[in-house]
Amino acid sequence: MTSLSPEKLTITVRGVTVTYSNGHRAIEEASFHLEAGCICALVGVNGSGKSTLFKALMGFVKPTDGDVLISERPVLEAQKRNWIAYVPQAEEVDWTFPVSVWDVVLMGRYGYMNFLRMASSNDKKIAEESLQKVQMWDFRDRQIGELSGGQKKRVFLARALAQQSRVILLDEPFTGVDVKTENAIIDLMRELRAEGKIILVSTHNLGSVPDFCDHAVLINRRVLAWGPLNEVFTEENLTKAFGGVLRHFHFDKSTIDDNDGRSVTLITDDERPLVLGKGGHLEHRNLTNSKEGNEP
Amino acid sequence: MISDLLMPFQYEYMQKAIFVSALVGAVCGLLSCFLTLKGWSLMGDALSHAIIPGVVVAYGLGIPIALGAFVAGTLATGAIGWIKEMVAIRDDAIIGVVFSTFFAIGLLLISLYPSPINLKMIVFGNILGISDQDIVQLLAISALCLATIFIFWKDLFLWCFDPIQAQVLGFPVRLLKFMLLTLLTLTAVAALQTVGVCLVVAMLITPGATAYLLSDRFGTMMIIALFLGSLTSFCGAYLSYFFDGSVGGSIVVLQTSLFLIAWIFAPKHGILAMKGFKMKSLRLEFK
Repeated sequence: MTSLSPEKLTITVRGVTVTYSNGHRAIEEASFHLEAGCICALVGVNGSGKSTLFKALMGFVKPTDGDVLISERPVLEAQKRNWIAYVPQAEEVDWTFPVSVWDVVLMGRYGYMNFLRMASSNDKKIAEESLQKVQMWDFRDRQIGELSGGQKKRVFLARALAQQSRVILLDEPFTGVDVKTENAIIDLMRELRAEGKIILVSTHNLGSVPDFCDHAVLINRRVLAWGPLNEVFTEENLTKAFGGVLRHFHFDKSTIDDNDGRSVTLITDDERPLVLGKGGHLEHRNLTNSKEGNEP
Repeated sequence: MISDLLMPFQYEYMQKAIFVSALVGAVCGLLSCFLTLKGWSLMGDALSHAIIPGVVVAYGLGIPIALGAFVAGTLATGAIGWIKEMVAIRDDAIIGVVFSTFFAIGLLLISLYPSPINLKMIVFGNILGISDQDIVQLLAISALCLATIFIFWKDLFLWCFDPIQAQVLGFPVRLLKFMLLTLLTLTAVAALQTVGVCLVVAMLITPGATAYLLSDRFGTMMIIALFLGSLTSFCGAYLSYFFDGSVGGSIVVLQTSLFLIAWIFAPKHGILAMKGFKMKSLRLEFK
């Protein structure tokens, strides 16, 4: 199997419409295009068709119209080539199953193994490296239910790494996860981006997006905007995507200039806030680690 | 004394009953691991009833009963899937309606057309009077099921544990589901002849449930369940000779006894171990 064929890695979604058998039209004429080496956020409210679009990318639902292509090939072919990896949400996994951390990570290698799914020494080596990378090697013999939320997430991240895919899909990766794991996930995503992979993150947590994503797709049944993050994340687009769901706090009479000039403290109880400056540009951005450092 | 204990083995019908039971118990035990984890207990019960019309027709036509059972089982699961798509009723209600209908058709067929099988055989099994032809069929079914599970257990387990991953890897998930359903149908036929329709589901669930309590690894769980299924069936059939009781009854009572013992004494998941754990943490708190 040639996991490193010369063709360029792209994701092309072209005019995709998904209508379920009960007549519900989940997404309509969605189109966007992503190229190798990017971390893209898929942002939308619940029921916006976000998860349907994810399913279309994984080949679980067949678009009623349009194409989903990975490196110009249909999704089903991409699956067979081990191009797609998926990191599930915690509630999608039954943690009572009698499997160890090691068993789970080896499942990422099944696509490379023979029909008896016997792990070669290479499979074991890659699985070990993947576990080391997320600092879970010492936990390899634990039953998966005996882990903390963050550890659980890292095990499934290791499985995705072991799969050596080109595209990695993460569904709400920061739900129920400690800060240490959150940072580890972000570091890992940047590493994978540097290797030329496409990482697609589905999330409703707006504020964290500018920390690690360089592209975004805003969806509300239709794709409202897509492209580089600072072009997409404008107040106008976000209002369109989230409608009445978002809470707006306008600091009309900002005292920034009267005081120390630059720094603002924003205290929030739960999810990270998104801070936009005057004119709607992104105010808060984690510039130290981002690849291209778009100055607002 | 020893000759008393070996008495059951002096009769050919008891030899057959004991060894066939042990084999069927082994296959059922192995499959029970998948069913307990997949949550298919009700499905096992449903299929074991739904295959009856197929068994009756196959007997009447003189074709292998496994074939008839397979056709009826596939029709039943197909009907369940089809109704699920068409009508908005809960799954368990659909399964309940379909399997009792199939069972009823089976009973009707038995009562309308005279055939070598009677209701008693269906309900209680017929292991003591099993024909050589049926033994050959049971051997074939068991060999097929054992071979399939041996080759595909990792794929089947992945599909049970994480169907999304199985699909992302491009595995034929529909085929895996069909494979498990077919294994279930075939094993149900085997178990039907051993313990009868009412007790099939016990053979198909209890060893797996017991093994689950005793292990944290699927591989170990399968070995334990295989061993338990076969041992309890062997002993159950053997012991039934002495008190002249029902073979199926004694097998299932044995299996349940072992389950209860495991439930109480299992090293990690048993109630004693859990209590001990609580006591320990309490003691730590008060230190």
